[in-house]
Amino acid sequence: MKKNIYIVLLALCTSFGFAQQTPASKQSKPIAITGATAHLGNGEVIENSLIIFKDGKLTTVSSAAQTDLSGMEVIKADGKHVYPGFIVPSSTLGLVEIDAVKATSDDDEIGEINPHIRSIIAYNAESKVVESMRPNGVLLGQIVPQGGRISGTSSVVQFDAWNWEDATVKVNDGIYMNWPSSFTRGRWWLGEDPGLKINDKYSEQVDEVVSFFNETKAYGAGDQPIINLPYAATQGLFDGSKKLYINVDDEKGITDAIHFAKNNKVQHMVIVGGSEAFKVADLLKQNNIPVILQRIHSLPSRDDDDYDMAYKLANLLVEKGVLVALNANGSMERMHSRNIPFYAGTAVAHGMAKEEALKLITSNTAKILGIDKDYGTLETGKSATLFISEGDALDMRTNKLTHAFIDGRSVSLETHQTELYKRYDNKFKAGK
Amino acid sequence: MIKTLLTLMTFMCSFSLLAQEYFPKNDGVFTKNTNYTAITNAKIFVTPTQIIEKGTLLIKDGKVVASGASVSIPKNATQIDATGKSIYPSFIDMYSDFGIEKPKRQGGGRSAQYDPSRTGFYWNDHVMPENNAIDQFKYDSKKAEDLIKAGFGVVNTHIQDGIVRGTGTLVALNSDADNSMRIIEAKSAQYLSFDKSLKSNQSYPSSIMGSMALLRQLYNDADWYAKGNSKTKDLSIEALNNNKSMVQIFEAGSRANDLRADKVGDLFSIQYIILGGGDEYERLDEIKAMNAPMIIPINFPEAYDVENAFLAATLSIQDMRAWNQRPSNPKLLAEKNIPFALTMHDLKSAKDFQANILKAIEAGLSKEKALEALTTVPAQLLGKTDKIGSLKNGAYANFLITSGDIFDKKTTLYENWVQGYKNTIEDRNTIDIAGTYAFTLAGDTYEMVLSGESSKLKSEITSDNKKRGSKVSYANDWVNIAFTTQDSTKQEFVRVIATVDANKNLNGKAILPTGNELSFFAKQTEAKKDSEAKKEDDEDDKKEAVATVSPITFPNNGYGFETLPKAETILFKNATVWTNEKDGILTNTDVLIKNGKIAKVGQNLSEGGATVIDASGKHLTSGVIDEHSHIAAASINEGGQNSSAEVTIEDVLDDTDINLYRNLAGGVTSIQILHGSANPIGGRSAIIKPKWGHAAKDLIIDNSPKFIKFALGENVKQSNWEGTRFPQTRMGVEQVYVDYFTRAKAYEALKKSGKPYRYDTEMETLVEILNGERFISCHSYVQSEINMFLKVAEQFDFRVNTFTHILEGYKLADKMVEHGVGGSTFSDWWSYKYEVNDAIPYNAAIMHDAGVTVAINSDDAEMSRRLNQEAAKTVKYGGVSEEEAWKFVTLNPAKLLHIDDRVGSIKVGKDADVVLWTDHPLSVYAKAEKTIIEGVTYFDLKRDEQIRTQIKKEKSQLINDMLQAKNKGLKTQPIKKKEKELLHCDSE
Repeated sequence: MKKNIYIVLLALCTSFGFAQQTPASKQSKPIAITGATAHLGNGEVIENSLIIFKDGKLTTVSSAAQTDLSGMEVIKADGKHVYPGFIVPSSTLGLVEIDAVKATSDDDEIGEINPHIRSIIAYNAESKVVESMRPNGVLLGQIVPQGGRISGTSSVVQFDAWNWEDATVKVNDGIYMNWPSSFTRGRWWLGEDPGLKINDKYSEQVDEVVSFFNETKAYGAGDQPIINLPYAATQGLFDGSKKLYINVDDEKGITDAIHFAKNNKVQHMVIVGGSEAFKVADLLKQNNIPVILQRIHSLPSRDDDDYDMAYKLANLLVEKGVLVALNANGSMERMHSRNIPFYAGTAVAHGMAKEEALKLITSNTAKILGIDKDYGTLETGKSATLFISEGDALDMRTNKLTHAFIDGRSVSLETHQTELYKRYDNKFKAGK
Repeated sequence: MIKTLLTLMTFMCSFSLLAQEYFPKNDGVFTKNTNYTAITNAKIFVTPTQIIEKGTLLIKDGKVVASGASVSIPKNATQIDATGKSIYPSFIDMYSDFGIEKPKRQGGGRSAQYDPSRTGFYWNDHVMPENNAIDQFKYDSKKAEDLIKAGFGVVNTHIQDGIVRGTGTLVALNSDADNSMRIIEAKSAQYLSFDKSLKSNQSYPSSIMGSMALLRQLYNDADWYAKGNSKTKDLSIEALNNNKSMVQIFEAGSRANDLRADKVGDLFSIQYIILGGGDEYERLDEIKAMNAPMIIPINFPEAYDVENAFLAATLSIQDMRAWNQRPSNPKLLAEKNIPFALTMHDLKSAKDFQANILKAIEAGLSKEKALEALTTVPAQLLGKTDKIGSLKNGAYANFLITSGDIFDKKTTLYENWVQGYKNTIEDRNTIDIAGTYAFTLAGDTYEMVLSGESSKLKSEITSDNKKRGSKVSYANDWVNIAFTTQDSTKQEFVRVIATVDANKNLNGKAILPTGNELSFFAKQTEAKKDSEAKKEDDEDDKKEAVATVSPITFPNNGYGFETLPKAETILFKNATVWTNEKDGILTNTDVLIKNGKIAKVGQNLSEGGATVIDASGKHLTSGVIDEHSHIAAASINEGGQNSSAEVTIEDVLDDTDINLYRNLAGGVTSIQILHGSANPIGGRSAIIKPKWGHAAKDLIIDNSPKFIKFALGENVKQSNWEGTRFPQTRMGVEQVYVDYFTRAKAYEALKKSGKPYRYDTEMETLVEILNGERFISCHSYVQSEINMFLKVAEQFDFRVNTFTHILEGYKLADKMVEHGVGGSTFSDWWSYKYEVNDAIPYNAAIMHDAGVTVAINSDDAEMSRRLNQEAAKTVKYGGVSEEEAWKFVTLNPAKLLHIDDRVGSIKVGKDADVVLWTDHPLSVYAKAEKTIIEGVTYFDLKRDEQIRTQIKKEKSQLINDMLQAKNKGLKTQPIKKKEKELLHCDSE
């Protein structure tokens, strides 16, 4: 038995043995990127631009001008493109390494009401999946617990760190919850039809959430001799220090969720998923509620839906003035997170303007997550979290990074995968 | 009170006795009755087409002696005058489980059972031809009563359990006699289905394609056994061989399964009678081509309850149309001259039978056809026309006496005679006492209105303009009335019992709450008002008004075609053409397609009569080919055993899958639908073109190369769940192959030797592999297993055609080149299980550079519709040239599938499978504008736009119709959200 455990441990050690890329050290000297097309992330584009950053902050973002670049590291990027680092929200990156191996899974705690459960402390800064984000320009993420009715508290991290503390950009930024669904599945093991049917318990389930919020507010209003962890963790929703992210897709659920949040004086709420959000776009706009939209590369949810329903959802919302960001949720969501630039690209194919689509994974996301003071656009004074691509980074053909910076640090674009690539590419080239 | 009416009113006819003549008799003397019964002056339907307007039906000993206009009535006949009444042969249900206990699921453990539970029988528990309904049959008088009320006289009953179910029994619903009389044929037919027995947990077969393969193998085995080749005893096969000459009835249950059942039968020249699903109208031509007689259920769906708009929005056109169209199924089958019987099967209650028959008739089924489907057709299908289904001389005296047209809502069914025994349903002689009555009682005067049918009479009693609570019942000329006294607080009743006289007046006595009795006389002052009767009629008519029937499309869902599109001659002008040939990418080039082929490629082409499409600024390519997909199939895995070489996806294609259409919208024109990865030796593939609208069999490409799925790794060794099947390690996987191929060689040697051999579909398939006639697409991940499989193939001297997934192909690309195997991989999937830990997106590039023929596949219904994007990722990861990257999803998969002689490039003479893109095809910004297969435009952005508007319109029309149905008081069903299970390799 013991011997077996050693074998397993040994196996794990060898298989996870490749070192993660060493996190980059602090920016030591000013860096200037010249000649690139700069996509600022706020809708603007500067052709033939000059971008300078010092001590991790952008100092110049302008058209090419006669500037003294002496003492700077100069990156000539003529014909190339510069973008603010892409951000993937509502992600489980770093919480699970291999889907099918339970031992590597830390994303879903038991229990229904878990606002006190915090993702940040389980975030594995050395995950091989996390490092694979960088070569595609995805440099920041919001790490989110899953499951239950109230899943827990999220945090925002950057993707080049020694440990979770080091990675933290904004700790405990919000609470994630799953809105009760209008449909449930039959319990096949009791001989029921396993198909989806109307959820008879919908109101009951909503009431449970409402009464939890009532208790929480009552708890917050008075002196409490004993700390109640779930109630305490929820208080930030009422003073605006935390946002409430609600996973909900259907028209009715979204409407109910909005009324729920308003009635309970939740200061900031965000709809996550929102495959039918476009049907209540006006209501969202009126209440200033943003949407983190489901994976663009999804099938329509119903047979009769337009084949490009998922592709055009973002555009339908943006046209109505709703603030929209994109996530990668769904099967294999962690590894697919590196594809969010191409989700934005697909939105362009189905009606959205390119720079508008770029906002879905940069400035809009930063605004929703509350990190827009520092991230999401290329503007002076903000963090130098950006990358250079040989071509259009929303198109997979041309998304080829030459440099990436997080807070001015020049991060490695190597990964477990590029190492294997090089090893075997060399093997066969040498053999020829 | 009325519920016992039937039993009370049933009386023994004077001409027959129960006792069999050779039985000893100890309760009296032997008697024999040789009297006749003559029913005279009735309209007699001898058959649905042979009608005697005013005739006599003469019966004796439970059989028809004569029926005709001038039958001479013997002196020793009891005469029954049936003036104004009609006589029909009673109905037959040939698909019934009457008198057989419903099989119950036997509790199963968590782990799968691979071995059979029995010995001396076939190796598969679900094959039970040795079962005989007669052995379990117990006459069920209660159920018989329901059936008799619905007009049935004979049913063919069987044990509805298992794939081969054994024989059924033809039985008359004669509640007065015993089995010696009722049983017309103890073994009347053999029954089959695709469904496993509830009584066994043996895991094979776990899919419809497995059931089909099992049946085929069984027939082969039975033949081999019959020739005396088996050294052991198999009671199942012996029974099957004994049942061979019987009528074979197959429960298919849907139009797709109808065709599947017929396909199995055809191979062995067995023509099943097929129990359909009620959706046959969706593919009438294919159903007709089966040449199979059918049994059709009439369990028409109820309207959905659509009052809640949110919920209503989740309904699919397909489900809504089912409500709207299914009542037309019998009519459409009849118009197509497809012979069918009707059945009560799957109806919730016998009471729904009449209502649904009427629905079918309203939808256009002729009454004659309806009657045939319930009488002569089932009689003929069962080979019993001399005994049942008509009132010809010598047939059983099974008939119905009605007040008129049996398919009229207002007709009363008075009597149902079975084998000469009368069952009374409504007393034919009952006087209709509906009307207004006046009576006085203890000084008070009353008015009483009786309304409704005699058996369900309603009363309304008023006195002094005050309504009294009352209740009435009426049977056998006696009326019982109870009504409340003036003091409504007390709940005291006056009870009346009275008999009806010839003037419809009521005579009897009233019993007061005090117990005092008074004589009672009520005079009918007015018969049922005509206006009242008319009002009822009008209301009925309103209820019956049918909504317009939605057009039936191909396939019958939102995006189907009303008429299938045809091949066109199209000239594309000034396109950027990705030839995939030596010419590379040509700009400003014209392409002509004609007769389904690429006719010309060049500059300044012209062609009279061609549709000219200005393609300037656009790109024209050959269609995308997906080497690995699981769409459009009713099942993907037959995981009941570690080899399933006997199954084929071709058996289970689903031509209605919306993902076919969505694939077209992504420019896909050829697809390999692969078996899943549940077992080391999987099932055979279907290579199809998504010809939206065509029937499943027509999706399969002509002269399709033969393929089979093999699988290695975690799935086959059941790593990610509790498994008990061999193999559980990669070591075991190797031995599965060595074992099977060794046996296959021995099998082939025996076959070639000319000695008798047992035909084995699995072995035949493996022999094809050994002989290079069938190609393997092998699901694979890590290098050790890939290497192993190459060595197994080399040991048995065959070539592996394709490794699919092949995520560590980059680690042994040299070995792959040496062996000559292609690689069909994902662009960037990894980290979802342990064996893909080393999967890298550079895989395609490395393999390609090393000289492997590389394809990018989907294994996913979502990704398959944007494989162009996935190919583009290889430009990013590993720097593959755009021209070569494009071939990863076109020419290279064509090569791997051995169809590159007809598709995969734009070359004169190849199939006109082309896509017009709005942009550079590898660009994320590109959309397929037109997808053309063999010259037929199956997807067009413009048509798609139009159809969206149409769907919206049709949906609101149908919702409106359903709301109307609910307002009319018709039953509705709650909404269930339609959900399509997306199949991957791992799908069961």
